[in-house]
Amino acid sequence: MATTRTPVKMTWRVATVAGFRDETPAARTLELDVPGWPGHLAGQHVDVKLTAEDGYSTQRSYSAAAPADGERIELTVQRVRDGEVSPYLTEVAEVGDQVEVRGPIGGWFVWRPEDTAPVLLVGGGSGIVPLMAMIRARRAAGSLVPFRLIVSVRTPEDLYYADELRVPDPGVDVTVLHTRSAPEGSRRPPGRIGVADVNTHGWPAVLEPTCFVCGPTGFVETAADVLVALGHDPRRVRTERFGPSGS
Amino acid sequence: MAIVSRGFRGRPSSEDKPLPPGQYLTQDFPVLSAGPTPKIDPERWSFTVTTETGEDTSWSWREFQALPMETPTVDIHCVTKWSKFDTTWRGVSLDTLLAGVDTAADHALVHSYGGYTTNLPLEDLLDGQAWLVHSYDGEELHPEHGGPVRLLVPHLYFWKSAKWVRGIRLLLEEEQGFWENVGYHDHGDPWREQRYQGD
Repeated sequence: MATTRTPVKMTWRVATVAGFRDETPAARTLELDVPGWPGHLAGQHVDVKLTAEDGYSTQRSYSAAAPADGERIELTVQRVRDGEVSPYLTEVAEVGDQVEVRGPIGGWFVWRPEDTAPVLLVGGGSGIVPLMAMIRARRAAGSLVPFRLIVSVRTPEDLYYADELRVPDPGVDVTVLHTRSAPEGSRRPPGRIGVADVNTHGWPAVLEPTCFVCGPTGFVETAADVLVALGHDPRRVRTERFGPSGS
Repeated sequence: MAIVSRGFRGRPSSEDKPLPPGQYLTQDFPVLSAGPTPKIDPERWSFTVTTETGEDTSWSWREFQALPMETPTVDIHCVTKWSKFDTTWRGVSLDTLLAGVDTAADHALVHSYGGYTTNLPLEDLLDGQAWLVHSYDGEELHPEHGGPVRLLVPHLYFWKSAKWVRGIRLLLEEEQGFWENVGYHDHGDPWREQRYQGD
């Protein structure tokens, strides 16, 4: 397979903050207007470049939280304590402020509406972001592919998109696990994701689902190991890790 | 002309050593992999170089351990933007492994346990630029970071430094690997910011 494509450089585009929503006290979704945005697949990410007045510039990657709406994209950013970029995006940037973006990036951790295999989404904390993009892409496409989402958060207040996830979405089963404190009346005691959680709320391996696992490294290592132990083919377990330094 | 983000001041690195464009310094060692971490028993590990004519040269774990070892201290740069300075590894130079291999190839496709592949020009593996390493910071290389053995090509973005490496195919024509096939750069020089195809 020799290279035949003529690569075209992905250009930096100016993105203007059109709005924002706070998902939790530590996470904000930014709506960005990006003239010329070429569109993206659910699960892909976007490089964001910030430049200071003195010319200093730095970049980070953030997952798109939703399918593109024309030239508008949504990124959900978790504020990292002592971070360089995330405090700016979650606390300083206002409507009308500008950053630069380029993308979309990544072609492995993606779900396409034409895919027909059942889907298991396993997210830890902010790892839900690209998974939510998949759920929203499924809904936007009118797909009937059965989805299951298992999301692990420290406390109920840490769940992104909580209102939207509470609304029944036929064909999308949602399970929320709590690691520090569970809501009153919860039968599962707080704790990290384990074999029983994935076995009960995931798909049996025999159905050959595509599994998308996203979160901090420890979470992803555990969840991916559990899936393999439960018989899922490692080639159908796609992972994406949000390191602690992804600030 | 870059646009300025109002109110962004940033926190430039205080190190004297420059960073490649668009990178930031981390003290952590983040993990990035496309799938589950394969668990490989060193006793069953082997490494094979296959030339363009199909000739194989293989090393078992024991044979590999008997080769001359080097201890490179290098800076590493991940395409996801983090860089880490002064990482110390131990392993065998690719010059040692490829010394007895007769090839006219210009390209290499690196293969890993678990199915990962990555491509790079053969010349980037030679002349003291690349190693097969089995330890990091004085300790056995953890599976999350590619143990028992990973490739180390620190002058290129770190996805070229394939984890869980099992072999290299030498090729007359370039063949794209896992990330390169979905838009990442064939060469991946961080100083030229070759992140994606077309950069």
